[in-house]
Amino acid sequence: MVPTTYYLILSAILFTIGVVGVLIRRNVLIIFMSVEMMLNAVNLSFAALSLHFLGLNGQIFVLMAMVVAAAEVAVGLAIVMTVVRHKDTTNIEDVNLLRG
Amino acid sequence: MFLFIVFAAIAVVAALGVILSRKPVYSALFLLLNFATLAAMYIMLQAQFLAAVQVIVYAGAIVVLFLFVVMLIGGGELNDVRDPNKPLAARLTWSRVTALVLAVLLLAGVGYGLLTGQLHRPTGSEAVFGQGSVEAIAGALYTDYLLPFEMTSVLLLVGMIGAVVLARREG
Repeated sequence: MVPTTYYLILSAILFTIGVVGVLIRRNVLIIFMSVEMMLNAVNLSFAALSLHFLGLNGQIFVLMAMVVAAAEVAVGLAIVMTVVRHKDTTNIEDVNLLRG
Repeated sequence: MFLFIVFAAIAVVAALGVILSRKPVYSALFLLLNFATLAAMYIMLQAQFLAAVQVIVYAGAIVVLFLFVVMLIGGGELNDVRDPNKPLAARLTWSRVTALVLAVLLLAGVGYGLLTGQLHRPTGSEAVFGQGSVEAIAGALYTDYLLPFEMTSVLLLVGMIGAVVLARREG
């Protein structure tokens, strides 16, 4: 039986990789993928703690997070499409309309 | 334990592949690998239903949506993190250095807390837990969590309408 702490550490590593991806990349699609990866990392820790505490609440939370992720991807990719149509770029450095 | 190490290694490598690939298509495929290994993790955590949903929703729907968009808007991108023509100093901008420092700090903080803290161990055996089945999930979802469950349908409806409205070509 794998200790719960190992799952939590793996989850932390995946989350950190996602954070780094958001910070170092300039392609809006890859930033979006990194956000999805962070959501998945948190889901993993929810599932691990669900087994650790022998309760079902963590798994229900994972389901809710998956629903939110699905809706978020649909809307987010629609926004990306709109931005690409107007600006013809996926580089977030070029999308600076609101910069003061 | 062996399976955990194998899948954890694959997950970390795939995650690194997502953020370091040159082309968004490769990133999307690495993302698929990452999601698949997490589905395997869910099975090891006795959450069989979550594993199935992970494959269907994440690997099936979300990655395909990503791939559609990548194909639609073109995959070419300059990824100067790994551009061999530039010297290392030019690739290490201040924002990337800051990102790495913040990542190390985050990992150190979380890791310190996880390694020194004590997880309270409840009574009961993990071996006989077996609560990741569809039956158990449905029991909780349709009784204790009925209202949040119904709210997710509203959320999905709003997301769908929002996506249609945003992606619609004007005029």
